[in-house]
Amino acid sequence: MPGPDARASVEAIFREERGLLLAALVRRFGDLDLAEEVASDAIEAALVHWPAHGVPPSPGGWLMTTARRKAVDRLRRDRAYAARLAVLQVEAERAAPAPPPGTDGGLPDERLQLFFTCAHPALAAEDRTALTLRCLAGLTTPEVARAFLVPTATMAKRIVRAKHRIREARIPFRVPGPDELPARLPGVLQVVYSIFTEGYAAARHDLAEEAVRLARILRRLLPDERETAGLLALVLLTHARRDARVGADGGLLLLDEQDRSRWDRTLIEEGRGLAEAALTGGPPGPYGVQAAIAALHDEAPDVASTDWPQIVALYDVLHALTPSPVVALNRAAAVAMRDGPEAGLALLDGLAGEPRLRGYHPYAAARADLLRRLGRLPESAAAYREALGLCETAAERVLIRRLLDAVEASG
Amino acid sequence: MKYMLLMNSAPADSAEEAEAQSVCEFSDWMKFDEQIQGAGVVVASHALADMTTATKVRVTADGERVITTDGPFAEAREVLGGYYVIDVPDLDAALDWAARCPGARDGSVVVRPVTDEY
Repeated sequence: MPGPDARASVEAIFREERGLLLAALVRRFGDLDLAEEVASDAIEAALVHWPAHGVPPSPGGWLMTTARRKAVDRLRRDRAYAARLAVLQVEAERAAPAPPPGTDGGLPDERLQLFFTCAHPALAAEDRTALTLRCLAGLTTPEVARAFLVPTATMAKRIVRAKHRIREARIPFRVPGPDELPARLPGVLQVVYSIFTEGYAAARHDLAEEAVRLARILRRLLPDERETAGLLALVLLTHARRDARVGADGGLLLLDEQDRSRWDRTLIEEGRGLAEAALTGGPPGPYGVQAAIAALHDEAPDVASTDWPQIVALYDVLHALTPSPVVALNRAAAVAMRDGPEAGLALLDGLAGEPRLRGYHPYAAARADLLRRLGRLPESAAAYREALGLCETAAERVLIRRLLDAVEASG
Repeated sequence: MKYMLLMNSAPADSAEEAEAQSVCEFSDWMKFDEQIQGAGVVVASHALADMTTATKVRVTADGERVITTDGPFAEAREVLGGYYVIDVPDLDAALDWAARCPGARDGSVVVRPVTDEY
């Protein structure tokens, strides 16, 4: 009888193979719905066969063969669908001829084109994230729904709509050419980074880890693009602090409250190497620069001895690359560490008119912190109260509540 | 796959006003039309006369024809000035043509796939 170990190892393989399988099937049939359907069928078949007969020597090849057989059956039953797909296939070939089939029998890695389809600019931002989680991270629809904190039915509808759009508007499954890549790659990186920040803000390690996994895949698929190194470095160097950044009360801890011995040295080492690669051999990109900032934090023994002048300089570079009020806010906080709270507060007050910062709790919280350090406690408490009303996650709320209580107690 | 490129621009009361508002010259349109026709992807295309010549017809529930011959069009942010129907492999190719169209600089170009469901 198959034991629980066999079942667990089978599921672990699927986690890794599902994205590969799906991408290869999309390449083969040019249709995401059919690919998803027969990928699920093949995985179900494997769940029956493998625990009983053992995992085949080439699990990917077995899954692909099974899925293709299921697809042929499906197309035989539905002639109209088959005819439609045949037209799709001819036109797809016209746009991007298929590479010669691999000879080693393993699954060719076709995931890159799926990344670009899922992150296509003709899809709404939230649809890009949902599709990427589903098609490339291999999450089920209920899991994607949980990631977004929406009901499963809502997410299912959203995914169906996004897939309908891909099919009807014929958003292609193809990797953009070298001339388009600079315009398209940031969109793909943005999707992965937004999955990470979503998980990070809510202290949800599972979601953050999905993003790390996706960033690793992208890095492997596009090793010559320095920003893929930058993104992976950034998420690793940030994720390295995961165990130290949540307190016993479930609230986030500030950088100067974290026990740095609990930062993950292995991830930091890996991230530093990648950050270096990201910043070598050409002009820096925004992810590489943010990774360098994260690395400076990770390397410092404490907040006081952190290289703040260097961090301010990097924020200047970042602001030149991607000017935004949020970057200006982070720069102001770094200036406050370098030159004192007064200088930082002057910069923050200069940003008061920015619409994007009005409902953004880190802005109010940063002001509250500097006001507190300047001894202006009633103003600080007012700013913390404003921040408290703007928090989006429980972990943030617990932190701001604690800081507010402390200011009120000393005021 | 067929796509319709709908070229929209800010409303103008006359051809002269339309020309004054636009950043693209007539020669830009000529050049673009030559390129897209030369690529052999155009199925149909027309430019429309300005909005002052438009007539709107509605039929009410009890069958009465309501004909509106002039504005107010000023409240429309953008009006349709012309279209192309092109046959290209996928949305990326259609978006590429849309981006090269002078209409994308003077206003916007909406890309709509032509459905084969009807």
